[in-house]
Amino acid sequence: MTQTRNLIDENGKRTDGRGIDDLREVKITVGTVKNADGSAFIEFGKNKILAAVYGPREVHPKHMAQSDRCVLRCRYHMSPFSTDTRKSPAPSRREVEISKVMREALEPAVMLEDYPRAAIDVFVEVLQSDGGSRCAGITAASVALADAGINMRDLVAACAAGKVDEKIVLDINDTEDKEGGADMPVAYMPRLEQVTLLQLDGNLTSNQFNECIDKAVGGCKMVYEIQKQALMQKYFGNETELKEEQQ
Amino acid sequence: MSSSRRSTIIVEHLRRQQMWDSLARGKRLDGRDFNEQRPLEIEVNVIKKANGSARVKLGDSEVIAGVKVETGEPFEGLENKGALIVSAEVLPTASPHAEPGPPDEEVIELARVVDRGIRESEMIDLEKLVLVPGKIVYTIFVDCSVTNADGNLFDATSYAVVTSLLTAKLPILEMQEGKVVDTGKTQPMPVTTVPVSITAARIGDYVLLDPSSEEEGCMDARITIDTADEGFCAIQKGSTGSFTVEQLKKAAETARIKGEEVRARLKELARNG
Repeated sequence: MTQTRNLIDENGKRTDGRGIDDLREVKITVGTVKNADGSAFIEFGKNKILAAVYGPREVHPKHMAQSDRCVLRCRYHMSPFSTDTRKSPAPSRREVEISKVMREALEPAVMLEDYPRAAIDVFVEVLQSDGGSRCAGITAASVALADAGINMRDLVAACAAGKVDEKIVLDINDTEDKEGGADMPVAYMPRLEQVTLLQLDGNLTSNQFNECIDKAVGGCKMVYEIQKQALMQKYFGNETELKEEQQ
Repeated sequence: MSSSRRSTIIVEHLRRQQMWDSLARGKRLDGRDFNEQRPLEIEVNVIKKANGSARVKLGDSEVIAGVKVETGEPFEGLENKGALIVSAEVLPTASPHAEPGPPDEEVIELARVVDRGIRESEMIDLEKLVLVPGKIVYTIFVDCSVTNADGNLFDATSYAVVTSLLTAKLPILEMQEGKVVDTGKTQPMPVTTVPVSITAARIGDYVLLDPSSEEEGCMDARITIDTADEGFCAIQKGSTGSFTVEQLKKAAETARIKGEEVRARLKELARNG
């Protein structure tokens, strides 16, 4: 990727007015799909993504069932109207790959051994995309899993960092993804201090790599707080505010 | 839909225990050190019908890559660049678990990760592959076939793609009266850098370079790191486990050092091939 124009202005502001360490505005609403066992709707900048969880439930086809643990299944899909030019509704190779890395990012957090012979299905639908949709999708899916009451070791929070104008910046948006120097999505379990997803495209030196991964993990920790807050809001409502006042 | 049904080979309980014991003593079951790759054998120009080709053996994993040059329209948004398309396929010959038919998610991931390493490194100067700007460009296909699978297909496939491109002969095409004409002459590919893929598997607290299929059957997580001359250009964590940030930073450093060694090998090979 070769950059053609400056994406950070002389005041250190990015194309959408953020500083280099700022997260886009993140809003998570829990329990937006009535029929699902758990669900969450996330707005991550201009991303609008719905995650729904069904399960644990019986596995179909039956031969896919595992006798000692549960099968986690994951589908990442973009709606045809979610992008600038219409996206064919058929799953692309990109979506197949993202479904896979997304499942692998969530799996370490889920106590699969607690639900032998069952399946848990995670559906992530991107309604509007704005760069970093896999991170936003993982973040929402993990909240939806928690909302479904699935036993988990931790929540999985995800956030990207990247390189723009030779600077390492947090949470890159669509323009920065397309025109910037590098994009590194990271998913992280903050309580267990484990990275469950790491990808990179674009060029980084050794030092930039270390800075980038530290920055992305920092972003994940910010997202983690928003996830917890969203869950508290649904299950304790106004009690959360009370608790904070007491502290 | 992506499902967590295990697709790697199943390693017997006793064998798994043996592997753990061996790792605790600092050796792998096949006698390698943790940072040691299996022997790498490369043969180039094995397919005469292709514009470039390579057969790579990494341990018992075996991959053939072939380069085919055609002309076509440029990609949307990349009007002044040639097109480079890398694909990979695991043939039904490769293992008892491989089946004919459309690629499953593991094979799609393999093809996309290998393609990403080559693409992001900007190995080929695509701007030199334009015939009529915005209309007709060279389209370079690199197709890979895994003929025998014994772990770490990512690196084996990547090395096959890189060596086949390094040794490929690009036909010199010209525009005459609005038609593409082959001059019958060839030139080397416009190569700018040599990307090298290094893959490691984590088993417990041990991180092992170039895992065999048996080790992949026991691994918790996998990481593939691509380096080019100037630094890192692509990374993909795979499999269902996780890494600590420290483990990742260490793996990146190892990939950088090992990458240099392999890069020197590939370059030398290209000079002689």
